[in-house]
Amino acid sequence: MARFARSAHVARKERSEALARGLFFVMSITMIVPLVAIVGYLIFKAAPSLSWEFLVDIPRRGMREGGIWPAFVGTLYLVGLSLAVATPIGVLAAIYLHEYAKDNWFNRVINLAVINLAGVPSIVHALFGLGAFVYAARFGYSVLAAALTLAIMTLPVIIASTREALASVPMAFRVACWNVGASRWQTIRSVVLPNSISGILTGVILQVSRAAGETAPIMFTGAVFFKAVRRGDLFPYGLDDQCMALSMHLYTVSTQVPNVQESIPYATAVVLLGSVLAVNATAIALRVWLRNRKRW
Amino acid sequence: MIEVEGLRLSYGGREVLHGISFDVRRHEILGIIGPAQSGKSSLLGCLNRTIDFVPGARVSGAIRLDGEDVRRMRDVHSLRRRIGMVAPLPVGLPLSIYDNVAFAPRASGLRNRAALDELVERCLRQAALWDEVKDRLGSLGTALSGGQQQRLTIARALSHQPEVLCLDEFSIAIDPVTTMRIEDVLRELRREVTIVLVTNLVQQARRLTDRTLFLWNGEIVELDTTDAIFSESPRERRTFEYVRGIFG
Repeated sequence: MARFARSAHVARKERSEALARGLFFVMSITMIVPLVAIVGYLIFKAAPSLSWEFLVDIPRRGMREGGIWPAFVGTLYLVGLSLAVATPIGVLAAIYLHEYAKDNWFNRVINLAVINLAGVPSIVHALFGLGAFVYAARFGYSVLAAALTLAIMTLPVIIASTREALASVPMAFRVACWNVGASRWQTIRSVVLPNSISGILTGVILQVSRAAGETAPIMFTGAVFFKAVRRGDLFPYGLDDQCMALSMHLYTVSTQVPNVQESIPYATAVVLLGSVLAVNATAIALRVWLRNRKRW
Repeated sequence: MIEVEGLRLSYGGREVLHGISFDVRRHEILGIIGPAQSGKSSLLGCLNRTIDFVPGARVSGAIRLDGEDVRRMRDVHSLRRRIGMVAPLPVGLPLSIYDNVAFAPRASGLRNRAALDELVERCLRQAALWDEVKDRLGSLGTALSGGQQQRLTIARALSHQPEVLCLDEFSIAIDPVTTMRIEDVLRELRREVTIVLVTNLVQQARRLTDRTLFLWNGEIVELDTTDAIFSESPRERRTFEYVRGIFG
């Protein structure tokens, strides 16, 4: 017998290795197929309407023709404002919870609350926003109330993802800084934050897609079916105005308006998906850039 | 210089230091030897109060630095600047070599560029690293080899001009040649600072230290001159057996 012949055990090992590898490969393909199919189908169906005009024009003839500008700008307003509120609060709170807070019952309760808040269905946030911002705070149905509701919804996830990013910085770096007499804030500013900022930003930007896609919270608090806006107007809404939004508009043209040209809902979906993908692509690019500047 | 009196330390009910007392004299090298889990590293944590960061750690007893009770000091940051600490595994901060050494002086408010340059050069020279890195001070500290990073760590520990330098098993992750270089560095440094050297290598303690403390299961078995500890007849039978590797 040759000295390096495969034993029965090795042959079996190689077979199971090939099987496992094949299984994992098939599963990852299975995951990609629906994605490609959805995007392809959407673009195919939307093709007749897709144009620059569709983006910058206002809806005409009871939304049966024209474009989606008011909804597009409305979504930009809602997402931008909600992140402007949620990001500083969320990131700073996470820094406190991860870098300063001692492990006692009070902070464990806060952590538990954050995790549970992240799991609350958006329709419940919607109801909370309606009660708290629209009625109790007397903001009325408005951009402000809707953005704050979205902010409340994204806040716990931003806290959680920021904590993850902070936790990825090795403890040894902090101990080394404390050993030479640096305060916690000096340590955070010069070592912890520069090395976790890419993770923090990624977590925040991923919330853009969530905020842009949600319909229930804004429908209860400030989004409307239709709002008269000038074509291509960048500042059509004030904080106390109601606004249109892409997700809401998609719902409207798909279910509420009879005899809509078939390509319009699909084109709306493509714009929504495209904006979200564009933001995510920015996030990835930013992450790669920051990752390359990372120092260990 | 440092007096420790009846020091007890427990982690959530489990006591790891059972009331130990000893002193460290100015400009000596004190070796602390003992098997793993005997409380050596925890002891160092008590000295510069980084033990405060360990959840559930309870300390009692007194540690005096120049007669001042460490545990009552209001300003822990300046306490930590008076005690240099070198950890077992080299930790280059994710900053440039220059910034690694300049970190502590900057944290205490030194901004003058010329003064910083001079301090960085002196510390790197003292740590026997200057010649290897002088042309690339701007490159990353984390990109250095393990042995170089450990010398960088020593340079950083010297950068805040400590009175005491504590080293916790500094040679655990580096090669013998670098270890010998660092040992030479320590012999040089003893003229300026007091050194507390925690080590697993009894021969290292024998080579370097003036006095040796044998810590075992959170109690001091023996503290004597290194010559006496390593002689044929230390006061304790256990010391004799441990330094010869008969138990441990």
